[in-house]
Amino acid sequence: MEAFLATPVGILALTVAKAMALLVPLLIGVAYLTWAERKILGAMQMRRGPNVVGPFGLLQPFADALKMLMKETIIPSGASRALFLMAPMITFMLAMLAWAVIPVNDGWAIADINVGILYLFAISSLGVYGIIIAGWASNSKYAFLGALRSAAQMVSYEVSMGFVIVTVLLCVGSLNLTEIVRAQSTVWFIIPLFPMFVIMFISALAETNRAPFDLPEGESELVAGFFVEYSSMSFALFFLGEYANMILMSALITILFLGGWLPPMAIEPFTWIPGPVWFILKICFCLFVFVWVRATFPRYRYDQLMRLGWKVFLPFSLVWLVITAAALKLFGWLPAVG
Amino acid sequence: MIAAAAFYIFAAVLIASAVMVVTSRNPVHSVLFLILAFFNAAALFLLAGAEFLAMILVIVYVGAVAVLFLFVVMMLDVDFSALREGFQRYAPVGGAVGLVLFAELVFVFATWRFADDVGGLRLNPTPEGVDNTRAIGRILYTDHVWLFQLSGLILLVAMIGAIVLTLRGRPNSKRQDIAAQVARSGSVNLRQVRSGAGLGEIGIERPPVAAPETPKKVEHHGHGGGHH
Repeated sequence: MEAFLATPVGILALTVAKAMALLVPLLIGVAYLTWAERKILGAMQMRRGPNVVGPFGLLQPFADALKMLMKETIIPSGASRALFLMAPMITFMLAMLAWAVIPVNDGWAIADINVGILYLFAISSLGVYGIIIAGWASNSKYAFLGALRSAAQMVSYEVSMGFVIVTVLLCVGSLNLTEIVRAQSTVWFIIPLFPMFVIMFISALAETNRAPFDLPEGESELVAGFFVEYSSMSFALFFLGEYANMILMSALITILFLGGWLPPMAIEPFTWIPGPVWFILKICFCLFVFVWVRATFPRYRYDQLMRLGWKVFLPFSLVWLVITAAALKLFGWLPAVG
Repeated sequence: MIAAAAFYIFAAVLIASAVMVVTSRNPVHSVLFLILAFFNAAALFLLAGAEFLAMILVIVYVGAVAVLFLFVVMMLDVDFSALREGFQRYAPVGGAVGLVLFAELVFVFATWRFADDVGGLRLNPTPEGVDNTRAIGRILYTDHVWLFQLSGLILLVAMIGAIVLTLRGRPNSKRQDIAAQVARSGSVNLRQVRSGAGLGEIGIERPPVAAPETPKKVEHHGHGGGHH
């Protein structure tokens, strides 16, 4: 067995097995995230949410998936056929691809690479392509407007997100995600870097096109925005991709600010619970806040969204980056870089 | 063996997509092939062990520059038949220029040889036991920090220049001053509303609507055999 795992075929088989062990629970998580979102929204709006299919509506996601599969895939005439079909695949694939470097526990990552955080940032900056290609290939005004909005929005918020990541990296001294979590064993970064956490969270909302920044979809003025022409499985892929991206962003926030798999304090009752459970709990907390925000805030106007990104977040995160660097230098807290 | 195979696959796709950038008829497809070419270049960087450069290539070029490129090209209104019109007329001139360039390239490559100790001649070989992210960081931020800052300043001047050239402060354009709006006294009223207040009455701010008058009892006079 050991000898087999050392051969190229063995390495491939092991990697596929690891990927399955991560992706299958992830997809089930995505399915139940849609259910949880509808339940939480229902509770916040004093109604019940899905409660018909299965006990507490627990089988609702599977009923929805089945319904999607049965529908006809419609490709509009005048659409760029290959690109039209490629766009949802890109969105879904990128949402899955990023999970390759996420450490669920100490040493539990499929690929524990040196530049993990840059890899995540690169993958999340590619998410815009699925949307922009979908909008262009649909040959529809609504879809195209949605795509243009989303391209501008995602590029804008990425800049301040980059500064937030750089601030965290200054405190860690490594680009490796496992190292970032290990550096928080004394104190989670949410405490010293709280303003950066807030900016990161809001940027994550904008990056995943969630309310109150869901202008690319904007059902009141753009019908459904970039995916207005999509139906059946291609629509389902967009939907899955969006929710998987939400989970991914929550995982990123958990790793950067909430101490990843670490318990709140390294004392008895907390250390009994294994690391992955803490990791999942923290992700669930972030996801709950995503839904909470959706139930609470009205949608931003487009120019206000741009103003918030460029004129508020960008200068603020830049100044905070300089302050952090100065503080680390003055107090001699800079991490030792090998 | 696997690394070599991967190299040839990525290199072949890179060259093929670079050719497609030039030859495809739809400019949007050209940009998409350009993005594919960037990706394969990043993969080649990875194979060479330069993971930092690979990720930066993807983040900067694919994630930002190419998006803006695509953005502009998608909004261009290009008439494709007009583009291809003068092909026959300009083909000889274009062909001649291409031939000259190709000949020059051949001359260059024919006389190009690697020095025997090429590894040692590099200006900054990666030090032992340091990954390339740190090696690049040392060169940029420790050895050549002033040059690096200077180039950053030049870029900043260029950016400000571009903004100054394109910004026109039109006097009659309407702008929203959010600070002024928020600072205006009495612009925001925070009011504690009793929980469940909206259920019994219409409108929390407005006075409750008066209860509808109960319809008068129709008096029956007992005509007998009336319409029901």
